[in-house]
Amino acid sequence: MSDITRDDVAHLARLARLAVTDEELDTFSRQIDAIVDTVSAVGDIPDDVPPTAQVVPQTNVLRADATEPSLPRDVALAGAPAAEEGRFRVPRILGEEL
Amino acid sequence: MSDMISLDAAELARRIHAREVSSVEVTRAHLQRIEAVDGPSDGSAGPDGVHAFLHVDADGALAAAEAADRAIAEGGPVSPLAGVPVALKDNLTTTDMPTTCASRILDGWRPPYDATVVARLRAAGLVPLGKTNLDEFAMGSSTENSAFGPTRNPWDLTRVPGGSGGGSSASVAAGEAPLALGSDTGGSIRQPGAVTGTVGVKPTYGTVSRYGLVAFSSSLDQIGPCARSVLDAALLHEVVGGHDRCDQTSVNAPLPPVVEAALAGARGDLAGVRVGVVGELSGEGYQPGVLAAFTDAVRTLGELGAEVVEVSCPSFSYALPAYYLIAPSEASSNLARFDAMRYGLRVGDDGERSTDEVMSLTREAGFGAEVKRRIMIGTHALSAGSYDALYGKAQKARTLIVRDFTAAFETCDVLVSPTTPTTAFAIGERVDDPLAMYLADLCTIPANLAGNAALSVPCGTSPDDGLPVGLQVMAPALADDRAYRVAAAYETARSSTPDAAPRIPELRALETTR
Repeated sequence: MSDITRDDVAHLARLARLAVTDEELDTFSRQIDAIVDTVSAVGDIPDDVPPTAQVVPQTNVLRADATEPSLPRDVALAGAPAAEEGRFRVPRILGEEL
Repeated sequence: MSDMISLDAAELARRIHAREVSSVEVTRAHLQRIEAVDGPSDGSAGPDGVHAFLHVDADGALAAAEAADRAIAEGGPVSPLAGVPVALKDNLTTTDMPTTCASRILDGWRPPYDATVVARLRAAGLVPLGKTNLDEFAMGSSTENSAFGPTRNPWDLTRVPGGSGGGSSASVAAGEAPLALGSDTGGSIRQPGAVTGTVGVKPTYGTVSRYGLVAFSSSLDQIGPCARSVLDAALLHEVVGGHDRCDQTSVNAPLPPVVEAALAGARGDLAGVRVGVVGELSGEGYQPGVLAAFTDAVRTLGELGAEVVEVSCPSFSYALPAYYLIAPSEASSNLARFDAMRYGLRVGDDGERSTDEVMSLTREAGFGAEVKRRIMIGTHALSAGSYDALYGKAQKARTLIVRDFTAAFETCDVLVSPTTPTTAFAIGERVDDPLAMYLADLCTIPANLAGNAALSVPCGTSPDDGLPVGLQVMAPALADDRAYRVAAAYETARSSTPDAAPRIPELRALETTR
């Protein structure tokens, strides 16, 4: 097996900002271990094969550096969970000690 | 049942434009059909409702239909599908309807802009009926991962309609809409098309704008049409396709002439067309009834004059593993935008908790199990210790799959396979086994990884269970017209056979399943 442990999944959940429950850790670690085991089949591919990241042969698609209309502020804020004084209101970002 | 709900979009458009019937009447007939068969939008009707729709906008639809009728009455030029209703997968942004991606995290969200495809539909006078159900953020193969309950297959209401776009395909299959838009990342238009007996097209990557499609896996996602005929799909394809400066991956090239190809194909001549049967997309794991219907379809292509050959694409064995690394990796990055700050759900903001804590609690409460699994798999595949062995190798697999297609298209004009290894499975059958669920995409994934065009066209029913089977036709990038031509020829031949399946099945729960 791929050796994905319960602790590994807890670490991944922290990185991905998912406050998973203990019960989920049991289920997810079993499932993710099985899935990673299956997808690891790509390991057989020789290292000298070049990678393909995307299939459209385009690079550096640019537009003119000109001012264009953008979303009005009230429209951008209309779907916000909380807004104040024309801005997104967010929970505290810095620790208490700072 | 009004006969209007069983007509093709092309015929509806002809009648509307000839003023034999109004767009308002056609729209009303479809709204009534939705009312009669769909059940409540929370899915609480269970097997008594198809539950294809998460939101129906009757007032908006009737207003759009009136506008189309006025434009036609004024006698000016109108687009070929003006006045025809259409359903929209609920991961396409709409300013006048909620866009939820079937996720709690976006429950009730109203986007500030229309997706390019939605804007083009509106400009062409089509009539949006509502938003259709999907697996949450388009991650799944059965529509069971919707936070708002599963959609049911119109051929057997105890079975899944495929996924992720089960709502769009089921709405078309059930006569609730003549046309729908879906998005196909690993098969989410074609596989539901196959199991609901409808046509589903994944155009060449980059030829239909993704602007306003809520991103799942940006290098694979592609919007495309769902319909009951190949010509209808082509007509919708030409309305929404073409270059868009709002999408940086949009291909700045003329759209292949898909309507012309569908019309040419319908004349039934495939002389000189070289059709390759992909040996790797067959055999073990495929239902005998699916293979029987597929073999019949290939024989029909030969009878239409096509030259049928066997081709080998040995690297397709890497497609499923590569897909389930690349798609989750891109998803883990794309879904980081659901941070509880700018839109959507926010949980646990009590004035004490930090942004980080609120973010984690919100994402835990707002995402379903499959989305969490994929985010964590992607996070793992992209982490420093695993990147080379997992994500890096998956990108190399992609190169090998592109090479297999290139080699096959040197000797063939199109490639064919079953669209999916099995017919529709029972609701609940695979929900606890993600790997079993992933196998539903076995045949459709290669075209996403390589970016070329592919579609699914109904090829009768399986002798095992009487449920629909799909024929997949794959074409090179920017040669979508070839797939349309072959599919239209096949469709015409098939529809004249005595055992041609009904266009709209009788909606019921079969007793053969649980």
